[in-house]
Amino acid sequence: MSFNNLDQLYRQVIMDHYKTPRNKGALEQDSVNIEMNNPTCGDRIQLTLQVEDGIVKDAKFDGEGCSISMASASMMTQAVKGKDVDAALKLSEIFSDMMLGKEYDDSVDLGDIEALQGVSKFPARIKCATLAWKAMEKGVHEEEKS
Amino acid sequence: MNPEIKSYFPILNQEINGHPLVYLDSAATSQKPTQVIEALKEYYEFDNSNVHRGVHTLGNRATEKYEGAREKVQQFINASSTQEIVFLRGTTTAINLVAQSYGRANVEEGDEIVITYMEHHSNIIPWQQLAKERGAVLKYIELEEDGTISLENVRAAITDRTKIVSMVYVSNVLGTMNPVKEVAKIAHEHGAVMMVDGAQAAPHLKIDVQDLDCDFFAFSGHKMVGPTGIGVLYGKKHLLEAMEPVEFGGEMIDFVGLYDSTWKELPWKFEGGTPIIAGAVGLAAAIDFLQEIGLDEIEKHEHHMAAIAMDKMSAIEGLEIYGPKDPAKRAGIVTFNLKEVHPHDVATVLDMSGIAVRAGHHCAQPLMKWLDVTATARASFYLYNDESDIDRLVEGLRSAKEYFSDVF
Repeated sequence: MSFNNLDQLYRQVIMDHYKTPRNKGALEQDSVNIEMNNPTCGDRIQLTLQVEDGIVKDAKFDGEGCSISMASASMMTQAVKGKDVDAALKLSEIFSDMMLGKEYDDSVDLGDIEALQGVSKFPARIKCATLAWKAMEKGVHEEEKS
Repeated sequence: MNPEIKSYFPILNQEINGHPLVYLDSAATSQKPTQVIEALKEYYEFDNSNVHRGVHTLGNRATEKYEGAREKVQQFINASSTQEIVFLRGTTTAINLVAQSYGRANVEEGDEIVITYMEHHSNIIPWQQLAKERGAVLKYIELEEDGTISLENVRAAITDRTKIVSMVYVSNVLGTMNPVKEVAKIAHEHGAVMMVDGAQAAPHLKIDVQDLDCDFFAFSGHKMVGPTGIGVLYGKKHLLEAMEPVEFGGEMIDFVGLYDSTWKELPWKFEGGTPIIAGAVGLAAAIDFLQEIGLDEIEKHEHHMAAIAMDKMSAIEGLEIYGPKDPAKRAGIVTFNLKEVHPHDVATVLDMSGIAVRAGHHCAQPLMKWLDVTATARASFYLYNDESDIDRLVEGLRSAKEYFSDVF
C-alpha cells in the first residue's frame, strides 16, 4: 500500500516533535494558564505562558491528543518563546493562513512549523493543528487585559 | 446476508482516495438505499403538499402518505395505537421533549433521575438540565468491568424517590445490549417511568415496545437507512395524553382564542409547525426495506460481523477492544485503540485506504472517563457490510501500525 499522501501529513519532523515534545510541562509562577479543548474529538491542551514587558519569556504545554495536535503544540511553544507579543500573534496569523491553504507571508522564518503545511490538505485535521495556537492567542489577550 | 444488498446503496459504489469505499461508520449515520432515495424523489415530484389542511388532492395525498408512515412505524415497533407515535427531528429531540414535558410536570425537589455511565450526551444533558431546574438528583448506574449493566446495580440505584429511569438499549460505543425490559420492570416496581434511547437499537433489532413495557422509546430515521431530520418518540397513550406540548404554533392547535388556546388530540399536539413530511415518507420506505430483509436476519448478521471483526482485530498486537468480549452481548459496533497510535491518526491512515471509521469521544465523554481514555476509534457494521470489509479494515490497521512504528 502506498502512503505518499500520508507522508505529506506525517513528516519526520512532526513525528520527532510528537515523540519528544519540546517545552512539555507547566510553568509555575507569574504565568497565564489556558486550558482549551477540541469538543468534537477530545483533544486537550493546557498552556502556560510567561509574558513580561510585551515579550513571551517562556511557554510550556501539557495535554492529550493526536500526533498533529501535540506536535503542533510543541512547535508553537518553541516558535513563540522569546518573541514579542505582536510577532507571536503575527506568526499565529501566518499559521492560520497556511492551514486554510491561503497565501501566507513567507518573509518570516517558520522553522519547523513549515512541516505542518501538509495538514491543510486534510480538512478534518486542521483543528488539531490550530488548537495550541488558539490557546496561545487567548493567553496573550488575557495577559494584555490584566 | 444476500451479497446483492450492497448494490442497493449507490454511495458505496465509489472510490475514496484511490480505493473502493469501505463504510464502517453506520453508528454515526447509515447509508441510504435506492428505494429510500426514490421514495423521497417521488414524494417531491408527485405528492408534495402541506398536510392536514388542504381540500385539494395533493394535500390529501401528502396527508395519506404522512399518516401512512405513522401506521408503518406503529407496526414496526408494535405500539398499540398510532396516537402513541410522535414524529420529531430525532432521538435528541424526543428525549428533550420527555424531559421538558413529562419531567417538569413530575419531578420535584429531591426526586431522582437514574441513567447510566454509557449514555450518549443526548441522554445525559436533558436530564442534567432537568435535575438542576427541579433540584432533583441525577444518579448513574455503575457498569461492570466488561461494559455491561448488572440488574444488581440497577436495583441499587433505583429507589422510591426515582421518577425517571432512562437508558440506552444498545451502546453507541461499547455495542452492549442492555436488559431494558428487566430494568423497566424494576423502575415500575418503584413507580418510576422508563425511557429507552433506541437510536442504535431500532436499526438492528426487532423492537416490541409492548413486550419491553417501556413508557417512552426514542429513535432516529437516519441510522436505519432513512433520511436525516426524522425521528420518533413512542410514549404510552395515558402518559402522552397527560403531557403538555413544548412547542406551540400551527398544526398543533384545536382552537385559538385571544388569550387562551387548546391543543389537538394525540399525537398532533406534539407536532407544532409543518411536520417533517418527506422525512416520514422516507422513514416508511426505510422500514419497508429493512422488513423485507428481516430484522432477525439483520441482527444475526451483525452478531456475525462483530464476532469475526473481534476475532481478526484482536490478532493485531497492541489492539485493545472495549466492551463485552462475548459477541452475543453486543451489536455490530467495535470500539478500539491501537497502542501508541492516537485514534485520529488511525482514522486518517484508514481514510487514505478508503476506509471510513469514527474517531473521538463518540458523544459519550462520561463513558470515555470510565474507560480511562480520551478518545477511541470505532468501526460499526450494518447490513451492507461483509467479511471483505473486515479484511480491508484489518489490513488498514496493520498498515497504520507499521507506518507509525516505522516513523518512530
